[in-house]
Amino acid sequence: MSPARDRGPEGPTDDTGGRVVLAQAEISRALRRIAHEILEGNKGSEDLVLMGIPTRGVPLARRLADALHDVEGVEIPVGTLDITMYRDDLRSQPVRAMERSQVPEGGVDGKVVVLVDDVLYSGRTVRAALDSLADLGRPRAVRLAVLVDRGHRELPIRADYVGKNLPTAHAERVSVRLAESDGSDQVVISAPASGGETL
Amino acid sequence: MKHLLSIADLSRDEINEILDTAVSMHEVQHRDVKKLPTLRGRTIINFFFEDSTRTRSSFELAGKWLSADTINLTGKGTSVSKGESLRDTVKTIDAMGVDMMIIRHMASGAPAQIAQWTNCSIVNAGDGTHEHPSQALLDAYTMRQRLGDLEGRHVALVGDLTHSRVFRSNVLCLTTLGAKVTLVAPATLMPAGIGAWAQADGIELSHDLDAVLPTVDAVMMLRVQRERMSGGFFPTAREYAVTYGLTKARLGLLPDHAVICHPGPMNRGLEISGDAADAAQSLVLDQVSAGVAIRMSILYHLLSGERSGDQSGEGSAS
Repeated sequence: MSPARDRGPEGPTDDTGGRVVLAQAEISRALRRIAHEILEGNKGSEDLVLMGIPTRGVPLARRLADALHDVEGVEIPVGTLDITMYRDDLRSQPVRAMERSQVPEGGVDGKVVVLVDDVLYSGRTVRAALDSLADLGRPRAVRLAVLVDRGHRELPIRADYVGKNLPTAHAERVSVRLAESDGSDQVVISAPASGGETL
Repeated sequence: MKHLLSIADLSRDEINEILDTAVSMHEVQHRDVKKLPTLRGRTIINFFFEDSTRTRSSFELAGKWLSADTINLTGKGTSVSKGESLRDTVKTIDAMGVDMMIIRHMASGAPAQIAQWTNCSIVNAGDGTHEHPSQALLDAYTMRQRLGDLEGRHVALVGDLTHSRVFRSNVLCLTTLGAKVTLVAPATLMPAGIGAWAQADGIELSHDLDAVLPTVDAVMMLRVQRERMSGGFFPTAREYAVTYGLTKARLGLLPDHAVICHPGPMNRGLEISGDAADAAQSLVLDQVSAGVAIRMSILYHLLSGERSGDQSGEGSAS
C-alpha cells in the first residue's frame, strides 16, 4: 500500500487562504496505515521504540503508539529526541529554545527505533536526529516515519514510512497542525510568508 | 545577547530562557556520552585572576561538553605577572581569534571594561564586590527546581552583604523573577547606602535572623569573606556564628518546605553549621550540579546567534 503522490484536486482552504491537503480523518488514516506498515516491516512489535522529534513529532509518535496498541495490543515505548544542539545551522539562525530528550525506560540499545517527525524536507533535521540518537545509545536499527514528505532533499536521506508524499515548490510553506498543539488536525500548503526558510 | 556582564542586563524572559535551556542541558550530565556538538570550532578562554574551584571548573566543563575548545589562564601564569597591562593582555588574546573570554577579576567592573577593548563575547565570572551573574542564575535555577515558580516566593540572603558579589546578582535575579527578598546582616556588613535602593526595589532589611527564618521559602547563607575584610566587622567568629549563623537550633525555625542554599565555599561552623550544610533541605550540592547546566546554557545563548521570532514548526522544518 503506497501513499498517494498526486497533489489531488484543489481542496478546501483554511482561514489563512492555505490549501488543506490533509484533514483530520486523513491524518488519522495515514497514521493507522503507517502503524500497520511498521508492524509488517518489523515482523511484529518486538523491540520497537518510537522517538518523536519536537515539536510536532512528539504528539505524532504518541498517536502512532496508540495506533500500534489498537492493532497489536501492546504498549510501545515512546520517547522524545531533541535535536536542537545537533543542528548544522546554529550559527546562521536565531537561538532556538531547547526541548528535553527523554529516552524511554529500557533505553535504545539493541532496539528498533522509529524516528517520528511531521514533515521531511531537506533531511537536515533527520541527520541531526541520527547524531543525537547515537549519543544516547546504539539501536539495532533506525527507521523514519513522517506524516508528510515534501521533497527537496539536500542529504541522502529517505523516509521508511510516509503518510503523504506532497510535491511542493521551494517557496511554498507546509504547515502541519495538530490538535495537541494547534487545536485541530490539518496539513496546509500555502504561499510563503516573508522571510527565509528554516531547515 | 553578546555579553553577560550583569543580571541587570537581562529581562525576565531572558532569565527564564536561560533557566529553561539549563533544564535540558542538565540531562546531558547524566548521559554516558556527555557531549553535544553545539559549539564545535568555538574557542573559549577561562581567564581567572582570582582563585576558583566551582566557577572555573564548571565553565570549563560546560565548554567541553558543548564541544568548544577551552583554555584556562590565570593572572599568575601570564605576562600580567611581568607587568603587562590588563588591556594589552586581553587584546593579545583577542588577536588570537577567540570567541569568548570568561573573566574573573578582583576589580569591580573589569569584565565590562574588557568588553570595550575586545570583539569577543565576555562573561563576568565574578568581579570584585560587584556581581557574579552565573552564580545568581544557577541559584535561581536550583530554587526553581525545588520550589517551582519563584514568583511571590520569599528568599532571605543572610550574612556578609558588604563583600558579596553573589548577593548583588541574586537580588537582581530574584526580584526580576518576582520573588520577595529580605536581606539579613549585622549593621557592619550592610553595604553603605543600601537603605535607599532596597526601599526603591521593595527589598526588606533585617538584623534579626530568628524573626525572618520562619517566613522564608529559601534561605541563602553567604560566605563571610575574611580575605576581603580589612577591619573588625564583628567582634569574634563565635559571636557571628551565634547571631547570624544557620545553626542546628535555627534549622527548627525553617518551614518544612524551605530550602537552604550556599554559593560555596562554606565556612562550616561560621555562617553555616555542619548540620545545616548536610541537612535534607540543603541544596548546596544541587547548586554545584546546576552550575554546569546553567553555564552550558549561558554559553549556548551567547555563542549561537540572536533570537528573533518564534521558530515553531510550521513544518517547513526538516
